[in-house]
Amino acid sequence: MNCITVKNNQRVPLSSIPLLEYEQFLEHNTSLLKETQNHCVNYYGLSYQGQIKLICCIANDGEGTIYVSSSHVKAGQSLPSFTAHHLAFEKFEREIHENFDITYIDHPWLKPVRYPFNRADSSKTIAGYPFFNIESEELHEVGVGPIHAGIIEPGHFRFICNGEQILHLEIQLGYQHRGIEQLFLEKKKILQRITLAESIAGDTVTGHTTAFVNLWESLCGFNPDRDLQFARTLALEIERIAVHTGDMSAICTDVAYQLGSSVFGRLRTPVINYFQQWCGNRLAKSLIRAGKTNFPYSNELAEKLLKVLDDYEPDFNEMCKETFSLPTALGRFEKTGIVSRDDASNIGTVGMSARTSGINRDIRSSHPHDLYKELNHQPIVKRHGDVYSRAQVRKEEIKQSIGYIRKLLQNIPEENKSRPELRVPDANMFVISLIEGWRGEICHCAITDDRGDLLHYKIKDPSFHNWLALALAVRNNEISDFPICNKSFDLSYCGHDL
Amino acid sequence: MLNNLKILYHQGKQYIPDVTKSKVPGVFRGRPEISLEKVDEAALLDICPTNAILTNPVRIDIGKCTFCAECSIKFPNKVRFTTDYKISTNQRERLVIAEGLSGPVKLNADLVRKEIHDFFSGSLKLRQVSAAGDNSCELELNACGNVNFDMGRFGIEFVASPRHADGIVITGPISENMAEALQICYDAIPDPKIIILVGTDAISGGIFEGSPALNRAFLNKYKIDLYVPGNPAHPLTFINGVLELIGTR
Repeated sequence: MNCITVKNNQRVPLSSIPLLEYEQFLEHNTSLLKETQNHCVNYYGLSYQGQIKLICCIANDGEGTIYVSSSHVKAGQSLPSFTAHHLAFEKFEREIHENFDITYIDHPWLKPVRYPFNRADSSKTIAGYPFFNIESEELHEVGVGPIHAGIIEPGHFRFICNGEQILHLEIQLGYQHRGIEQLFLEKKKILQRITLAESIAGDTVTGHTTAFVNLWESLCGFNPDRDLQFARTLALEIERIAVHTGDMSAICTDVAYQLGSSVFGRLRTPVINYFQQWCGNRLAKSLIRAGKTNFPYSNELAEKLLKVLDDYEPDFNEMCKETFSLPTALGRFEKTGIVSRDDASNIGTVGMSARTSGINRDIRSSHPHDLYKELNHQPIVKRHGDVYSRAQVRKEEIKQSIGYIRKLLQNIPEENKSRPELRVPDANMFVISLIEGWRGEICHCAITDDRGDLLHYKIKDPSFHNWLALALAVRNNEISDFPICNKSFDLSYCGHDL
Repeated sequence: MLNNLKILYHQGKQYIPDVTKSKVPGVFRGRPEISLEKVDEAALLDICPTNAILTNPVRIDIGKCTFCAECSIKFPNKVRFTTDYKISTNQRERLVIAEGLSGPVKLNADLVRKEIHDFFSGSLKLRQVSAAGDNSCELELNACGNVNFDMGRFGIEFVASPRHADGIVITGPISENMAEALQICYDAIPDPKIIILVGTDAISGGIFEGSPALNRAFLNKYKIDLYVPGNPAHPLTFINGVLELIGTR
């Protein structure tokens, strides 16, 4: 047996993960990716008993299972790469190289990922990033960032242009690195860890926090009651509506469509204000807790939410109708920033970004968690992979989420007032938690030690896969279309840098 | 054209008429009030994820607080979060709120440099730098300029270039990897200039305090003109704080 087959949020003993020789490990995982229904959700290393333990998790989207396998290698070793067989491993192997000084002999570019504080080679610093360049008198380079024009997180974009046309974009990240995975081990209180999960990406608070609490409850052998699952599902869909609406506003801003920018912008306000009415925070920090809730849902809250949605819908529909029939807006959206289906599939994009390029990839339908099992989610998939598709997916997902919320609110579960306390996690366990946040697939993996404390914690934001999709999207576009391309993806810097 | 007018009509009035007196909806957590009731202080201290609670007397440092509400849920008679969102100040010590006191958080007028009012009271342009911020404070600072909060009506705006700015607004705990860029940006702003820290992470490091990936040396070099607490800071906290700062003679 080459791997163990697990379900989303199923804990298994660490020792039950088959340990393969590296050659066999490579052969097994790269051949799995030849099947289109499989994709890599996480591949990472950790220091373990004097060696580097590599763990690879391949999800089977058709059967709702995850194949987990492992291998032991040594720091400083030179190895053949997975990437030579499938590009989707590209970023994962760069991360392993950066953290553990493992060299891949046939990797196309073993560049730094984020310059973490505990990188293998501390003599390399973020100021010395090795950019790709082309020696040519006709071409010029444009460097943007790390600090950008608006109120936005930092990252550096290096364009190689032929006149106004972008030939190549390289995206350098790492400026947001806070050492969050290490802090998960050092901060021992559960509330500290939840606070960290809430801070992974402040625009995806419910996504990352739900990933953490689902994982933690699984480790503790705690079965979340229906009211907890209800609140998490509801919060995820509200967050999706809020951020998608804000992004519609930003997309309009970037094509200088002021009416759309203002109207979508103001439509977001009552949605995030609803989070404040529920839990006291506009971005839902403090809402989700492991094994309990501090803000039980009520019929009164449901009435307020229905009112918010009833007011939202007609204004949203009216604004969408106008925006999507406006030639000046459509002229900027259509055929701009295209990611082909082949490219999207090769680099392993996830979430909304994959669905706009014709890939049916959505954890809500393939590995459903919380109440998504009952919602029978049908992902919204578009074919063109351009800015227009990404705007359309947002519009339709908002409508779909409103439908799900109305359905959920028909049956509000009673609060369980006699919940057992969370116990200590089981010792020597491995668990993987997948969530479909508004941006896409969030993956958290944890391993516990002999005493049931965290031995290792690994976070993967969907942006980890999708930044490369943006770099490919802008090729051969005019550089003036970069902002609209960037906003149409709206990827996370801090979620990537951790 | 008619459609556009129809849309505008359907929006109604969205702006908050008076941002200094507006009430926030729901269970917003602003300035905490701590009663004099005797409680198990060790248990109270143990709840806090960021060591924001201090004893003798019991105090909450809202520059460290994540406003998670856990202490007020476990000790409802001891700690209560009010909906008072005017919690910005220019003196770090004033963010520490002691038991038995219920006065508002105010600026220390003696510490406000004279040139701030002289130069910036009618127009203040700010350059925002996210230094490992988690994008929550950044979203709320963006919201300050939307049609609801409309901070631009006071002549306060965020600008693209530090050369055009009168000050810097920092969010995030300041990572080692952003330290140099932050310094370069600050140096590019012409004098006189102000520094505003927004959010718990920027003010104290928050949950990231002590992480080896941070470099907060920048903050030791300069006087901070305004602290805007919150996790994230509410737009009304930011706007009122800045208005008070530039309005102080």
